[in-house]
Amino acid sequence: MSVWEFANPARFVRIVGRILAPTALLSASLLAVGLVWGFFFTPPDYVQGSAVKILFVHVPSALMAINAWIMMLAASLIWLVRRHRVSVLAAKSAAPVGAVMTLAAMVTGGIWGQPMWGTWWAWEPRLTSFLILFLFYLGYIALWHEVDDKERAADLTSVLCMVGSVFAFLSRYAVNFWQQGLHQGASLSLDRDTNVHNAYYVPLLLCMAGFALLFVTLVLLRTRTEIRKQHSAAIAARINADVR
Amino acid sequence: MFAELGQYQFEVLAAYGATILLIGGIVALSAASSAAALRKLNELRSLEKRNE
Repeated sequence: MSVWEFANPARFVRIVGRILAPTALLSASLLAVGLVWGFFFTPPDYVQGSAVKILFVHVPSALMAINAWIMMLAASLIWLVRRHRVSVLAAKSAAPVGAVMTLAAMVTGGIWGQPMWGTWWAWEPRLTSFLILFLFYLGYIALWHEVDDKERAADLTSVLCMVGSVFAFLSRYAVNFWQQGLHQGASLSLDRDTNVHNAYYVPLLLCMAGFALLFVTLVLLRTRTEIRKQHSAAIAARINADVR
Repeated sequence: MFAELGQYQFEVLAAYGATILLIGGIVALSAASSAAALRKLNELRSLEKRNE
């Protein structure tokens, strides 16, 4: 069976119906264990004190803020190349979730920055590129709402998504490109010998997995909603045509 | 046992609270719009059947 068969809306809705509850349950469990472990059972850092515990909400939300846009980019490219409607509806569904993750990353970053840097906000590369990414999320959502022709809206938002990807990648690599910022480098990396301290490592991984699964769950749920809305619109059009 | 929150406990609570509020908000909105879309689809399906 080809992977493109999942792009069939009816099949997609059937599959989502089967996997939604398990993914939601697994995501909630991972988040509950990770957040409770991080909040209650990790020691304060010798420099940052208990403020280090913000790590468990800030890092996963920032990770998903960037990855949500990358997922939207992939889905938009599939739409532009293969015209699979489910893919562009998945991108549309992911945008509000990504925007919320970006906002959560900025808010928790500000709360963390105040005691550590002495400021809520600084116009430094990573923070600024994150703000621009957030504005791109808002622009993407607004464009979907403002264009009535859904086919045209899908094309325009897909192009916007490609342009915004520059800032998604900049948000990820800003710390490496420009050294003058306040923000530290990545907390976890596969190509480094040392990462965060072992006491924080496992709960942070659990939180990251929980946020990633929560994102998948919400995108599946919202994409199914979009498919149902389109189905409703088609039935309403048929009813109106019969009445005339 | 529970690790002491100590200094910066307000900041930690605020960060967790803000995240839970934001995430809870998008989960609630998504669930509500999913339920509304299903309800509308079912209504239209039954209306179409009645018209046939």
